[in-house]
Amino acid sequence: MANGTATTANAAPLIKPKVSGEDWIMRAVLMGIALYLLISIVLPLYAILSKSFKNADGVFVGLANYVNFFSTPALFWSIQNSLTVTLICCVIVVTLAFIYAYALTRTCMPLKGLFKGVALLPILMPSLLPAISLVYLFGNQGIIKEWLFGYEIYGPIGIVMGECFYVFPHVLTIMLIAMANSDARLYEASDALGASKIKTFFTVTLPSVRYGVVSAFFVCFTLVITDFGVPKVVGGKYNVLATDIYKQVVGRQDFEMGAVVSMVLLLPALFAFAADRLVQRKQVALLSARAVPYQPKKNAGVDYGMLAFCGVIGFILVSILAMAAYASFATFWPYNLSLSLKHYAFEMMDGGGWDAYYNSIEMAAWTAVIGTAMVFTGAYLVEKSKGFHTGRAAMQLLCMVPMAVPGLVLGLAYVFFFNAPDNPLGFLYHTMPILVICTVTHFYTVSHLTAVTALKQLDAEFESVSQSLKVPFYKTFFRITVPVCMPAILDISMYLFVNAMTTVSAVVFLYSPDTALASVAILNMDDAGDVAPAAAMGMMIVGTAAAVRLVHAGLTRGILGRTQAWRKR
Amino acid sequence: MTDTDKGAYLKVRNVLKKFGEFTALHDISLDVAEGEFVCFLGPSGCGKTTLLRAIAGLDIQTAGTVEQAGRDISALPPNERDFGIVFQSYALFPNLTVKKNIAYGLENRKMARAAIDTRVFELLDLVGLKDHANKYPAQLSGGQQQRVALARALATSPGLLLLDEPLSALDAKVRIHLRHEIKELQEKIGITTIMVTHDQEEALAMADRIVVMNHGVIEQVGTPEEIYAEPASPFVADFIGTTNFIDGEVQAGGTVKAAGMVVECASALDGMAPGEKVTVCIRPEDVKITEGSDGDAGVAVEITDIEFLGSFQRCHVKPRNAGGKAFLIDLSASRARALAIKEGVTVQAALPPEFVRIYRPAAGA
Repeated sequence: MANGTATTANAAPLIKPKVSGEDWIMRAVLMGIALYLLISIVLPLYAILSKSFKNADGVFVGLANYVNFFSTPALFWSIQNSLTVTLICCVIVVTLAFIYAYALTRTCMPLKGLFKGVALLPILMPSLLPAISLVYLFGNQGIIKEWLFGYEIYGPIGIVMGECFYVFPHVLTIMLIAMANSDARLYEASDALGASKIKTFFTVTLPSVRYGVVSAFFVCFTLVITDFGVPKVVGGKYNVLATDIYKQVVGRQDFEMGAVVSMVLLLPALFAFAADRLVQRKQVALLSARAVPYQPKKNAGVDYGMLAFCGVIGFILVSILAMAAYASFATFWPYNLSLSLKHYAFEMMDGGGWDAYYNSIEMAAWTAVIGTAMVFTGAYLVEKSKGFHTGRAAMQLLCMVPMAVPGLVLGLAYVFFFNAPDNPLGFLYHTMPILVICTVTHFYTVSHLTAVTALKQLDAEFESVSQSLKVPFYKTFFRITVPVCMPAILDISMYLFVNAMTTVSAVVFLYSPDTALASVAILNMDDAGDVAPAAAMGMMIVGTAAAVRLVHAGLTRGILGRTQAWRKR
Repeated sequence: MTDTDKGAYLKVRNVLKKFGEFTALHDISLDVAEGEFVCFLGPSGCGKTTLLRAIAGLDIQTAGTVEQAGRDISALPPNERDFGIVFQSYALFPNLTVKKNIAYGLENRKMARAAIDTRVFELLDLVGLKDHANKYPAQLSGGQQQRVALARALATSPGLLLLDEPLSALDAKVRIHLRHEIKELQEKIGITTIMVTHDQEEALAMADRIVVMNHGVIEQVGTPEEIYAEPASPFVADFIGTTNFIDGEVQAGGTVKAAGMVVECASALDGMAPGEKVTVCIRPEDVKITEGSDGDAGVAVEITDIEFLGSFQRCHVKPRNAGGKAFLIDLSASRARALAIKEGVTVQAALPPEFVRIYRPAAGA
């Protein structure tokens, strides 16, 4: 039969599917977004890479800059410094977040909602703010500086403390997701077989969350090693890669060396990113559809032990925020502690004044609106368009690139790319649009993955049905896909807004006097010694981000109640 | 419908579908007449859904042509074809009410609001959901959702209705009820319909003709009666209903000897020489059982096990003669009573030639 089939099959005409007008629209839009990503991430990365091989006059000098880097101890020691503080942070945060997540998911500890909320506080602030708070706590005039036993907060101790605070919610979120993937049946089986609690922990709990732990480790690693705000404020003379880039570019105007350090910083970030993607892929198949969610049982010893643990962590998190708030209202630290709004008179300081704050709001709003529209449309086309496999695969890859690129590297890459004299897009340099473009791109990947997850939950045949009914895809997109995915769309826009408010690293190279931003103002005021106003500006960001989160929660609830009446049975 | 020459409404010719190196459909050719209800039946992975999706244009075939109402639609995207489709998941739009779901395809055709309402009401009436017009899909039972999906597919009066396992997500009772309903509806509208299913009972109950598929090829096309009574291959015999496969040997004089029984079946033996090994197939309910002593063609069998299956009993029997392999016999409840069937009893079994089918052992299958 095989032979017969082959001959007749050869006789039948090969069919080349007709590409409809709609398909062309989808491909064009998809290519448009891919082109955006090409311009906003790939080409700038190329620009910074090639810059690292050139001298100040733009002449190709091969590896000379790298040789220079590795023969200057002050520079390459930063690698060791960066890795040291990063690894210490990873161990501390992953351990603490693991226990915290365990308490929230696997025990009957009281006040779970409160502790979950408290743990997410650091997301609302730029990493500069906890560092400033540490200065008030442990600095030369700090209220509890004796607690450091004579050691200085400026240096590795301060960096580790600040980073631990800053990355805690990110690591915790991953841990919570990993812990939520629990199958009660395994615990029942373990119980029925007479295994002890300890044994169950090592044979059931740990294996089921191991990918989550590894993933959390890599995320923590990337966040810490690429963070710029904490070491900028409390790093002192302890140089790390992130602050080196800033110093080379802003301090010494040595752009080539800035490019070299950027490339050096990109390597561990790329490695951690690749490792994390690998692990994530394995995580998927862990939970079968038939799994039964685990219901923790009461155990007074464990529950109150965990309450004490979370209480301590929560207290530290709140204290650091409260310290910053207090510092921003204290009239003249530490001599006159009466409360006033003096430090909120930003016009009196350098850094852009209140305009910086309004610029930040404007930038965050544009980022949220444009970013959400682009990310969701792009994810939809990648997921739901037909044929065109090469284009979709390329787009998928492009969407993942931003996650691997540290903000400082991205920002500096923009300087090289958009400020090049022969770039026709040069007019964007030093404008609001370039800040928006940079921020959308910087946070593209996580938003894209959120959108993809939501889209994957939709019935795969919505598009087939509308095609059979001859309804164009864009009508179905606006009438069905967007409304059904509205919760995820709101999540993405809130994520983009809050991150646009708090980000420093990428935009620090890109703002102009007219487009100063609140987060950058914190940096500049802190640099100028106006620490209290810096804290005050930080509190403005925290307040705004918190307000946006509240509005988001209200909107989500409202929309779920009104337009998503169908969710209720 | 379009006035075409006598030919079939849907013509599938030499369709081949490859997914990378894997060939999902080998050289499929098929005609479907206008108004006919055809079922694609086969085990999972046999290519039945692939063939349906090729006909719909959702996954266009690698080679071969599809013609509908005289129009070559081989390369056309779904929105340039003329069909309505119901998926296993129904794919109802969760944020639209039943009414809006059904009207979805109509609203895009520049129809007047009133005309749309009339049509939607007509369809709601047709599928018996008049009272649920303003509910959301999640508020309906599985069977009701299925009917909404059907109404939505029929709303634009397509020439062809495609049903992809439309009943398999439902409870057994609802399924049986709905299959009558769908069949009645189809006959009433007279729409040409293709349904994919892996449930042979469903196919037998609903289809005018069944296309049995396996490994990407068509094993047999025929009416339910033909498929059941005259399966073209051991696969079909095995897949549809239950069949005994008994090893036999061709003997001189147009007979076959199997498990000690001799079957007169000269007509089925064309081209087979005495001594050739064959497979004898017979349905359990077609084995003839009599009480007591040996007849000419029969053989004594012992009942080793009885399964009570409600309206009939399935007996596992073993021939008394050495080497005879066990096989199955179905007896209606009354017949079983009459014969006082119980385990350990020996009865006389014979293979009536009119119910026996002889196959050459499949090479390498």
